[in-house]
Amino acid sequence: MKSKMLKINKSARSSIITVGMILIAYIICQALIVTGNMSNLLQNLLVSMCYYAIMAVSLNLTVGFLGQLSLGHAGFMCLGAFAGAIFSKCTVNAIQNTFIRFTLAILLGAVVAGLFGIFIGTVVLRLRGDYLAIVTLAFGEIIKNVLNVLYIGYDSKGIHLSMKDAISLNLEDGGIVLVKGAQGISGTPRDATFTVSVILLLITYLIIVNLVNSRSGRAIMAIRDNSIAAESVGINITKYKILAFSISAALAGIAGVLYSHNIATVQSSKFGYNLSIMILVFVVLGGMGNLRGSIISAVLLTLLPEYLRFLRDYRMLIYSIVLIVMMLYNWAPACVAWRNKLSSNLAAMLKKSKKEEL
Amino acid sequence: MEMLKVKNLSISFGGLHAVDSFSITVNKGELYGLIGPNGAGKTTVFNLLTGVYKPDMGQIILDGKNITGLSPVEINKAGIARTFQNIRLFKNLSVLDNVKIGLHNNYNYSTISGIFRLPSYFRTEKRMNEKAYEILEVFGLDKEADILSANLPYGKQRKLEIARALATNPKLLLLDEPAAGMNPAETEELMETITIIRKKYDLTILLIEHDMKLVAGICEKIFVLNFGTELANGLPQDVLNNPEVIKAYLGE
Repeated sequence: MKSKMLKINKSARSSIITVGMILIAYIICQALIVTGNMSNLLQNLLVSMCYYAIMAVSLNLTVGFLGQLSLGHAGFMCLGAFAGAIFSKCTVNAIQNTFIRFTLAILLGAVVAGLFGIFIGTVVLRLRGDYLAIVTLAFGEIIKNVLNVLYIGYDSKGIHLSMKDAISLNLEDGGIVLVKGAQGISGTPRDATFTVSVILLLITYLIIVNLVNSRSGRAIMAIRDNSIAAESVGINITKYKILAFSISAALAGIAGVLYSHNIATVQSSKFGYNLSIMILVFVVLGGMGNLRGSIISAVLLTLLPEYLRFLRDYRMLIYSIVLIVMMLYNWAPACVAWRNKLSSNLAAMLKKSKKEEL
Repeated sequence: MEMLKVKNLSISFGGLHAVDSFSITVNKGELYGLIGPNGAGKTTVFNLLTGVYKPDMGQIILDGKNITGLSPVEINKAGIARTFQNIRLFKNLSVLDNVKIGLHNNYNYSTISGIFRLPSYFRTEKRMNEKAYEILEVFGLDKEADILSANLPYGKQRKLEIARALATNPKLLLLDEPAAGMNPAETEELMETITIIRKKYDLTILLIEHDMKLVAGICEKIFVLNFGTELANGLPQDVLNNPEVIKAYLGE
């Protein structure tokens, strides 16, 4: 019974460390901003680091815990971004309180992306491995391309939709075009502050940690480890696959809402498969099923390309070399052994110096 | 009382009649052995009974309920649990979690209360832990509850599979070569464990085994399968001395 207590403490301790790390990073950033020591470049990146971290953590649920390769995660972010932005633009005058409006936008973005997650998940999750990857990739592109030609406007008669151009919306005089096809949505209120983003990152992290350490989370990981055995002990595979996939989609929707409220114009072309792959790189580099790793790698890899800008044309070349080096350092057996040796040496040295002090 | 009644169960893959008119009646509380040479179709019978394959023909009745053609999940809920010939544990999860996954359908709380840590989460998790430790203790695995199941020694992995199957609270337990790869001492210990759990959990057991010492030692009845059909069926001493059975195993 004693060991049972230890186990609970172990997973709780790990999440406390992660939450603590996020909070400390937040406090340091705020201190730097207040004292005027943070560059403009970095200040502009703060919110995007958070939504990329949310994306990485949520994709880790599908890839790391459910064990299904999804390449369409950016599509769900896109849905959340558009749903949240449309909502905020429509209600910017009706709801004056930013907090209430933004909370509702976040919830709406999560629900829209989650519903699409349920729908797409129901269709595609019968497939496995490469096939699933290709189909999710296709769905991500479909979402992006449909939104790319979508025009939405409203006037006194209600909402108008078109897939041709703004004129065929047939708006009355004084009607407003909300979504302008490839030009996307502009003029969304900039509600996404760094504080809100960090809070949402923490909420996302806690949702996934709690899910994974619960009955449903065990079922999800059982499917990853051995789906035949999972079925044989009575776990409904389809149900838990769709559950994990749609929660992951809903959380990506939250990241999307943050994105659209942080930037002047939201265009669906930004949510292509490049973004999906980038998020997948964060997850793989941070470690499958390792949420803290996802957050750290999302933050580092968002910063890195910006700080490599001085290299101009060689920027992405260096970026990819850094990726390879990091991958080796993180996961190559020899590197892991070397790292462990280093840390145990450090620990021994610390102990020694403590003894000498005494 | 009949726990399992199978009538004329058949399946073929292409032109191969893997199982042909398989009929067996297992009474409640019995320990039945299913033996036969390699490729006789023993594991296929298990896959048919647990819904992994759908039979071409025949009927499976568990405790008076027709379960023919149901999905593996529904069959498990109806009361059949199994282990696998090639161990299929949840390797990246702890020993305790493996058993708790077995408890999945017997202890329920919603995903929402799991995510938001509502009182029902703590209450049910506590009961699940207690039950899981109780099962692990029977198999002598409670000391290893926190280690990854992949890191268990081979014999203990086999035991953990049985523990996980038991956690689903089955009426009928199917063991697919539980002693495969075990040394004589481990086999001896396994036989004891099977005897204990049978009494403790009021189980009916059907097991596939090649180790004749185990089969003759604990099975009350034996069914011999050869080329997908019945070769012999009955009490151990009769079956094991049957010249047809000896011929099938050793050749002429």
